[in-house]
Amino acid sequence: MALTRDDVKRAARLARIAIDESEANQVLEQLGRIFGMIEEMRAVDVSGVEPMAHAQDVVLRLRPDEVTEQDQRELFASVAPRVQNGLYLVPKVIE
Amino acid sequence: MMHESTVKSLSDALAAHELSSLEATELFLGRIRTLNARYNCFISVDEERSRAQAREADRARAAGRATALTGVPLAQKDIFCAKGWLTTCGSKMLSNFVSPYDAHVVERLNAAGAVILGKTNMDEFAMGSSNETSWYGPVRNPWGTEAVPGGSSGGSAAAVAARLAPGATGTDTGGSIRQPAALSGICGLKPTYGVCSRYGMIAFASSLDQAGPMAKSAEDLALLLNAMAGFDARDSTSLERPAEDYTRDLRQALAGLRIGLPKEFFAEGVQPEVAKAVDAAIAEYEALGCKVVEVALSNMRLSVPVYYVLASAEASSNLARFDGVRYGYRASEYRDLEQMYERTRAEGFGAEVKRRILIGTYVLSHGYYDAYYIHAQKLRRLIAQDFTRAFENCDVIMGPTSPTTAFRIAEKASDPVQMYLSDIYTIAVNLAGLPGMSIPCGFDARGLPIGLQIIGNYFGEAQMLNVAHQYQLATDWHLRAPPGVV
Repeated sequence: MALTRDDVKRAARLARIAIDESEANQVLEQLGRIFGMIEEMRAVDVSGVEPMAHAQDVVLRLRPDEVTEQDQRELFASVAPRVQNGLYLVPKVIE
Repeated sequence: MMHESTVKSLSDALAAHELSSLEATELFLGRIRTLNARYNCFISVDEERSRAQAREADRARAAGRATALTGVPLAQKDIFCAKGWLTTCGSKMLSNFVSPYDAHVVERLNAAGAVILGKTNMDEFAMGSSNETSWYGPVRNPWGTEAVPGGSSGGSAAAVAARLAPGATGTDTGGSIRQPAALSGICGLKPTYGVCSRYGMIAFASSLDQAGPMAKSAEDLALLLNAMAGFDARDSTSLERPAEDYTRDLRQALAGLRIGLPKEFFAEGVQPEVAKAVDAAIAEYEALGCKVVEVALSNMRLSVPVYYVLASAEASSNLARFDGVRYGYRASEYRDLEQMYERTRAEGFGAEVKRRILIGTYVLSHGYYDAYYIHAQKLRRLIAQDFTRAFENCDVIMGPTSPTTAFRIAEKASDPVQMYLSDIYTIAVNLAGLPGMSIPCGFDARGLPIGLQIIGNYFGEAQMLNVAHQYQLATDWHLRAPPGVV
């Protein structure tokens, strides 16, 4: 199953990465080689094998429903690109 | 010479009041000032901040509150958030990010009294095996400045090799501690997944990422891991286990130890000088009373494709947070929110990071999820089961860390698949979640170092460190310094 330029553009769109035509062609060539390597994996029969999501069979810990974080709003806002009155500024999305 | 000190010898000298932390810190800061331009190991240095920490360490010692690491200066990989420090992860995306908080590993090392010398260069978001994907330029290998130091923890590895720091932190998702340790002629340990907290360690592939120490000797790795490891409720995958002293078994004799040799580690593709040096190391272990048994890791050849599906999938999800809203880089020109995201990410990420995000997005997208992602997770189990079976017949597994010694800068940069194969011996260990380490075991004809990989069973760190330490008592590869750095 060969990767197409439309596949690359669709993935770029889903990943919110701007990509122009010449870049798409270049990326297609490289991803084509990488998926060539990945195809080898797909030929192996894995019927009856449980997927392994994680290195240890851990279960998510539960914790008491208590406030543990301090309010560090100003500190965290200080590293944001644009902030006003404690709010993150982005281009208008609702007219 | 003081800059040749190990973490252990510095620790002893500090304890004996032979020098102060401020003196030790000044010495390494001075070396960084003179030599960093040659190797490009550090992204940030903040001398005043380091000195303040050193003075604090000296005060703590005077007040009788010293640990083994109090006053020892160390380099931190720039993937670890450190409060007040520029923390870039090797990316333009975070080129303006001064961290408002400490990673758990940093918090622990600070609490132990260690001094941060600076933040080390790395492949962008830890995606790379050569340090060439850093937005801050490539790191040069101290054993030959035309060669790469390995990656992604290449700045940490080169800093230790060039004696700009006695020890450093690293992270390893597919080999990023072990491969640069091998290529730069130092020691590095990736612990069992879950031993060190991932809190504040900028995420690449969360089910594989693990922090670990890099230094000149196994004994130093044990001292550093003692401070780095520990439970942290803020990382849901951090393991709740009693604290260990990783130095406890260093002095045990190795007689009777069973070493598993997977034939897959000595197949075609390995540089003959690497195979020869690893064979010689195994012979040294036999002389120390170890027994060699053959083991099979028959699914190992699948680890590279499996890794590039799983790690890229996890990366595409983790790196979605870099959108130019709450921190980091934001594109300067955009007409709406959509374009702000797309341009910020197009301009802020480098080519390799974008490639991996696109692979990950593709394999997770509708219609491909089962064929790639779930399929790879099933193969991950088969790869892990190979190790479980192998460890029924041996105590540790050994082989080369990397199929070749350090390659030239730009040699593999245009061929991602060739670059990925540089991690063929290390990736399976991350997929299984096992601990692995690399120690120096020789040199090739060009004088570039060769690494021996030691893989342990789950939570086998103390035993692996014992195995490495006994070799280092019998050999001196780990004491060799690159020509021109001393």
